[in-house]
Amino acid sequence: MSADTPTPQFRGVLGWIDHRLPVVSLGYNHLVVYPTPKNLNYWWNFGSLAGIMLIIQIVTGIVLAMHYVPHADMAFDSVERIMRDVNYGWLLRYGHAVGASMFFIVVYIHMFRGLYYGSYKAPRELLWMIGVVILILMMATAFTGYVLPWGQMSFWAAVVIINLFGAIPLVGDTIVTWLMGGFAVDNATLQRFFSIHYLLPFTIVAMSFLHLVALHQFGSNNPVGIDLTKKDKINFHPYYTVKDVFGLFVFLTIYALFVFYAPLTFAHIENYEPANALVTPAHIVPDWYFMPFYAILASFTFDISIFGITLMDAKLAGVLAMFAAVLILFFLPWLDTSKVRSATYRPLYRIAFWVFVVVVLLLGYSGSQPAEGAWLLIGQITTFYYFFHFLVLLPLLGKIEKPLPVPESINKPVLPTASAGAQAQPAE
Amino acid sequence: MWKPLGAALLGATLLTHAPEVKAAGEADPLMSRSWSFTGIFGRYDQAALQRGLQVFETACATCHGLEFVAFRTLMDLGYTEDEVREFASRFWVEDGPDADGMMFERPADLPDRWPAPWANEVEAALIHGAVPIDLSLITKSRYGGANYVYSLLQGYDDEKTFELDPGNYWNRFYPGNVIGMAPPLFEGLVDFADGTEATVQQMAADVSHFLMWAAEPKLEERKRLGLGVILYTTAMAGIFYAMNRRLWANIKK
Repeated sequence: MSADTPTPQFRGVLGWIDHRLPVVSLGYNHLVVYPTPKNLNYWWNFGSLAGIMLIIQIVTGIVLAMHYVPHADMAFDSVERIMRDVNYGWLLRYGHAVGASMFFIVVYIHMFRGLYYGSYKAPRELLWMIGVVILILMMATAFTGYVLPWGQMSFWAAVVIINLFGAIPLVGDTIVTWLMGGFAVDNATLQRFFSIHYLLPFTIVAMSFLHLVALHQFGSNNPVGIDLTKKDKINFHPYYTVKDVFGLFVFLTIYALFVFYAPLTFAHIENYEPANALVTPAHIVPDWYFMPFYAILASFTFDISIFGITLMDAKLAGVLAMFAAVLILFFLPWLDTSKVRSATYRPLYRIAFWVFVVVVLLLGYSGSQPAEGAWLLIGQITTFYYFFHFLVLLPLLGKIEKPLPVPESINKPVLPTASAGAQAQPAE
Repeated sequence: MWKPLGAALLGATLLTHAPEVKAAGEADPLMSRSWSFTGIFGRYDQAALQRGLQVFETACATCHGLEFVAFRTLMDLGYTEDEVREFASRFWVEDGPDADGMMFERPADLPDRWPAPWANEVEAALIHGAVPIDLSLITKSRYGGANYVYSLLQGYDDEKTFELDPGNYWNRFYPGNVIGMAPPLFEGLVDFADGTEATVQQMAADVSHFLMWAAEPKLEERKRLGLGVILYTTAMAGIFYAMNRRLWANIKK
């Protein structure tokens, strides 16, 4: 990587600083002359978009926190005050709330891109695993943030999610009390959630830096999925800075359409009623980005038993399955036994990938429906398939699949690009 | 591989889209109206807002609060500062403590928020049987928004399919069809300052318009700023698209 690029001698003030604190050459090596594959397509834009969303969320969040009051009696009022009396408060708040959804859309696309092109395979296993850590931190941040407006859905989401921990044998109830800071979701819960919600984004920043360190060790994967030589790479600046900024403005346009013209698209109307411990909403559902995992939780409507002895009740099984659905991603680099990275050269995996995408979308939709009848059944089938994909299909495909011939370099494709399929159009 | 999936999808579609049979007690689909505040160029209609305020004050405010609306914001409706000050002074708000440590009542002023029509929730429940909900956010906390309020206010008719307990009313748009609120609007209830005829439909439309403003007072500012932002981001996207194309032109394989 940067070792082959001679670092220029910086002169003047920059040189003086760089000699003592090599941040100038660090930035130069990793943002300017950083060698990047020249065949990246637009799916590779979502990494930088995720980084920018993180910054937008932190900046809007810090300003919101200057006006928000983390107290059970005042939180709801303070949010309305932000909406009405704080200069551009409505923009900060809608930007932050819609921003959470945008952040998840971007990160999910980023992850599916990694799945399609095998970006998690050696030597990028740790890069992928740090990404999964970031996803988990994002989920915790999103959940604690959703509770802060202290509306009906905030309150009841906190009640439902915290009580999931009650399924843990022996210590469950103790853990629930510990998490709530009392015997019910109340002011103590709200205050600790606020504290955690302010803390976690900075841990995401730290993990993002590790993510970049791991990325820059071997450089980006690419649509062909082969290791590239120096001549197939170009400087990050200006080629990818300009391309990323173009993608950024397209993304910001979509983001702005939601913030300014449909800010409540991802919101629950119940959250415009203040929290009330005595009135339970008809359907307590999490935000869309938790839906697939929520569907997995809800699909366990039966106790797991052998010969009439209950090994695990439905609630515990659902909770374990839900956590397993995320944690299984840590093992992906080893569950996928194929040495070929890009799905372009894996005819069977390519089908399995798109089936998996459909299954996750179906899971998500079934999670948004009351867990009964047809949607419960679809939720159960897709839950099964979710784990089947990781635990059976991926290990098996690597053994039985006959990959297409992989080109030796991106300048000499074995196949005409058109046969790579519509999903893998090269950018140029 | 695709066939069973297709069959499953088709099956799911058929199962979930079975013809709906309206059960007793189920709410009718809401009436809808074309509001001036919808769409990209949506604006509030000040005349409708002023009439809506009149309806709210006459028909709603005796039971319902509007706690997030400060009197000063009524200037958005096109009133002058003096008019709003005069309007606010008709309400009494609690203030204090004074030099003797006593709370006291005084006429409301511009910075005050619209006070609830009862001293506390216990009193409200005693008078009304249940606490009448605050209406500041009603159009954001109900499916259908302004259309919900608009429909509900016109949903009182005599097509009830079951007998009601005294103190309850039939409303075809209310979930469950049984509502505790007596019909609040009747022909000619309000004497509109602008001479508009006060039909139930007119009053329902105006007060819904007003309540949409009460829930989302920054709607016009939001939509106006949005135009500028989107013009900027699309222009910048265009510029960077062109720049990107030129830049990559000589990199092509």
